[in-house]
Amino acid sequence: MIRFDNVTKLYPSQVRPAVDDVTLEIDKGEFVFLVGASGSGKSTLLRMMLREERPTGGSVHVLGKDLNRLSGWKVPALRRQMGTVFQDFRLLPNKTVFENVAFALEVIGKPRHTIAQVVPEVLELVGLAGKETRRPDELSGGEQQRVAIARAFANRPLLLIADEPTGNLDPSTSVGIMRLLDRINRTGTTVVMATHDAAIVDQMRKRVIELEGGHVVRDQSRGVYGYSR
Amino acid sequence: MRATVVMSEVGKGLRRNLGLTVAVVLTVLVAGVLGGLSFLLREQVSVMKDYWYDKVEVSIYLCGTDSVAASCLGPNGQAQAVTQAQKDQILADLQSLPQVKTVYYESKAEAYQHFEQQFKGTSIAQNAPPDSLPESFRVKLKNPQDFAVVHDAFTGRSGVEEVQDERALLDKLFAALNGIQVGGLVIALIMVVAALLLIANTIRVAAFTRRRETGIMRLVGASNLSIQLPFLLESVIAAVMGALLSWGLLTAFKAWLIDRILAPNFQFTPFFGWNSVVKAGILVVVVSMVIAALASMVTLRRYLRV
Repeated sequence: MIRFDNVTKLYPSQVRPAVDDVTLEIDKGEFVFLVGASGSGKSTLLRMMLREERPTGGSVHVLGKDLNRLSGWKVPALRRQMGTVFQDFRLLPNKTVFENVAFALEVIGKPRHTIAQVVPEVLELVGLAGKETRRPDELSGGEQQRVAIARAFANRPLLLIADEPTGNLDPSTSVGIMRLLDRINRTGTTVVMATHDAAIVDQMRKRVIELEGGHVVRDQSRGVYGYSR
Repeated sequence: MRATVVMSEVGKGLRRNLGLTVAVVLTVLVAGVLGGLSFLLREQVSVMKDYWYDKVEVSIYLCGTDSVAASCLGPNGQAQAVTQAQKDQILADLQSLPQVKTVYYESKAEAYQHFEQQFKGTSIAQNAPPDSLPESFRVKLKNPQDFAVVHDAFTGRSGVEEVQDERALLDKLFAALNGIQVGGLVIALIMVVAALLLIANTIRVAAFTRRRETGIMRLVGASNLSIQLPFLLESVIAAVMGALLSWGLLTAFKAWLIDRILAPNFQFTPFFGWNSVVKAGILVVVVSMVIAALASMVTLRRYLRV
């Protein structure tokens, strides 16, 4: 599903690489936490999976594609198989819940009747049935993140990438979001989640990859957040 | 992306950016009017050339009693009208020249008639005394470039007051019209540059106001085309609106200034027709579309990198 071979990323005008010689493999259906301090390279790793950034060395394979060799016009097709969720939700404030989810499908050319069918389904899945006509500012943070997850999952991606999805939420709301991600994972979707939230990692007991200064310092199945903190 | 979705995005974009949209429309309007007018001026010159070059000839004006040219003065220093013998000799010599196609004689009365016709209804016609116009030979050349041969052969000859190439007069007029046309074109080009920069800036602003939408579109895997198309269509639509308005102004220009005011008062010369206005309109629309599309594509490449 995802393979990094000796991947290095050095941003221009920086001396120390953000990601330094990382090799890792994530299989289909896994749930993986990426942990590490700020600046340890988690986000850069995720951005390389999305091909927002390209490695300066090594190769990245995602969904069977060598991202170094993937030509630019094929990137959208790749991203349609991936869902993304962020700490700041990234919803459109002037669209309703329904429209926010529908937008993601409209812009990739899904026909209207498919959208009319899929959006209520996925809103039901994330627990937002009945709130279709609300706008983001009428929702709690947890609900907004559920909309974002619904949008990411609406096209049934093979891979869900979440960059600190609980970073803006209180602990009890975070638990709800994690249950939801777990449920999505059980449908066969691979989930890669970068997080700072030790409680969540310890509770979930999933695979943990810890980064420090751009290196992988720990890769444990059923791990905890860490000892050094 | 479905067409209806694209069009609703385009409509929203145009309304959200109304001020800049209007600025683009107006700039293209001015550029279109200037460009269209200089195109019409060119059409006018070409219509006049077609009409006049067939008609113009070399005129050999003959001496009258009020002539002042040296070749018209008799031994006593008084101006002498051309004699019949001189006229016969000039005609014979003209007809023997291989460059000459046809020659005909225009008497004072005929000259006055033509003059009256040309300036019918104006004060010029009423103030000219009937015998004030000189009699002349009108010479049509096989090749109008051979004017020098006729000029050299007859200038200064007794009985000839002046040899005039009417084409030269027309060429002066056409040169002036061409100058105006080039001037119009240059100003139109300056306006085109302004329109280009304005379109680029409009897209930059639009891309910034919609960065949230485009960011999401990129993440969910919308194609470059569907991300960029609304921006491109917006600027093309704004430019076409400006172009259509300038087409309208050109039409009004033809209907009012040309057909109502100029054509009735200057009947001696033809004016460009409606097909020229249509050509100018289509030209303005197509050029503004192409320019808007090009400006958008270059700007989008910079500000909407996918």
